[in-house]
Amino acid sequence: MALYSETVMDHFQHPRNVGEMPDADGIGEVGNAVCGDIMRMYIKVKDGVITDVKFKTFGCGSAIASSSMATEMIKGKPIEEALELSNKAVAQALDGLPAHKLHCSVLAEEAVRAAVKDYYDKNNISYDPAVFGCDMACAHEHDHAPAEE
Amino acid sequence: MYVYADNAATTSLSPKALEAMLPYFTEEYGNASSLHTPGQRAAEAMMEARQTVAAAINADFKEIYFTGGGSEADNQAILSGAYMGARKGKKHIISTAFEHHAVLHTLDKLKKEGFEITLLPVHENGVVTADDVAAAIREDTALVTIMMVNNEIGTVQPIAEIGAVCREKGVLFHTDAVQAVGHIPVDVKALNVDMLSMAAHKFHGPKGVGALYARKGVPLVNVIEGGQQERGKRGGTENIPGIVGMAAALKESVEDLDHDMAYVTGLREKLITALSEIPHSRLNGDREKRNPGTVNFCFEGIEGEGLLLWLDQKGVAASSGSACTSGSLDPSHVLLALGLPHEVAHGSLRLSIDARNTEEEIDHIIQAVPEVVEYLRDMSPVWDELERGLTPHLI
Repeated sequence: MALYSETVMDHFQHPRNVGEMPDADGIGEVGNAVCGDIMRMYIKVKDGVITDVKFKTFGCGSAIASSSMATEMIKGKPIEEALELSNKAVAQALDGLPAHKLHCSVLAEEAVRAAVKDYYDKNNISYDPAVFGCDMACAHEHDHAPAEE
Repeated sequence: MYVYADNAATTSLSPKALEAMLPYFTEEYGNASSLHTPGQRAAEAMMEARQTVAAAINADFKEIYFTGGGSEADNQAILSGAYMGARKGKKHIISTAFEHHAVLHTLDKLKKEGFEITLLPVHENGVVTADDVAAAIREDTALVTIMMVNNEIGTVQPIAEIGAVCREKGVLFHTDAVQAVGHIPVDVKALNVDMLSMAAHKFHGPKGVGALYARKGVPLVNVIEGGQQERGKRGGTENIPGIVGMAAALKESVEDLDHDMAYVTGLREKLITALSEIPHSRLNGDREKRNPGTVNFCFEGIEGEGLLLWLDQKGVAASSGSACTSGSLDPSHVLLALGLPHEVAHGSLRLSIDARNTEEEIDHIIQAVPEVVEYLRDMSPVWDELERGLTPHLI
């Protein structure tokens, strides 16, 4: 389908790191079923490095592809580096997303950060709250530009 | 195998219609308004087409106005009814919450011009009742506009009964029959309608051409100003190949109607029975009062766009009412009008089949859909929470 790039379709059809992680060190969930997309990300952390990532996503093709791409981009990376993952980087790695689907990459970025925050909280690791910006309550305040049918 | 099951979106052009159209692109290229022989030949072809279309819905040829499609016909019918009413001080219009956007957006425009719009509820089964219409009609009601077959869920509305109520109360009645014409019997007299819209590409005719039936004595306002084409009610040189193709396709559809209805209904029943076996699925729209070819399901815990993309990969063309496919924040207004929660409406699937679909193709759909639903549920955090009892199942 011309709607999505080949990379998006590849990650949609062959999502990397999909599944659950019973012994996760951090779990982040963002989005809202009412709006039509939810991402849940699990991370395994060892010595400050994300050694494994899994995700589950309820959402459209680009939401699934964005989750998959984000897991690939943070796997094996130090936590600090994972926190720097931007939605823009995810969208770029996917060779672009249609304008009205860019919020899917925002969700992926937020899911990673939510998982790291959960890991910090669970392990009583102190952090600067400013790193996470708002308290994730605004997780879904991204742009849903309406398009014509 | 690739199965096209999106006939409510559009249909393939009938080979007979194509054959009928071809000469009017090349040899018979005259302008029907011209006095010379080529022009008059075009005019004759158009007259023949007008008579064919009129006969198919039990109308007179003078009551058929060719348009650029169903949306234009809807616009013209509603604006005509509204402005005619306004001249008598009537500025109230009744419609339903699940009309096509060609109707709803025209009503939005009229609302801004000072008209009052009542959108009737469509109930859980997606069927409006004549009693609802009767109760909503007021002294200042100018027009009632209610679709004959809903495009997303396929429910058939009691148009003849609603028409009788409107006649009794002296209110003009329009029906958007775009999904009905060529698929179920449509007789404008039996239906008690004053205006009716149709679109050729929904019954294997070409795109970009439709017609508005307006009963004799119903004054139309122009949507397109121009020359004297269509009795002065629709300017612009007529789309002769399109009009000829529309008539040929409609003739064929009506000739085959009884056979096709029985055949397609059989395929539909098989599809509904099989898909109902998927756990936490729901058939949308009344089980009985539906057109032959439309099947609409919601599957809990998944989102429609992913479903469509996967079905496309597996060789099934379908559609969905999810927000991602509508391109807006909200899922389909039709599914919300049925009272479905947003999270359920996001997981909708519309399969619209017709007489060109085979039994093997239905079997292919029946195999593909449960596989894709299961796969997507497997990766869905929403499904996970439903299955672990953390959130209650809604269907």
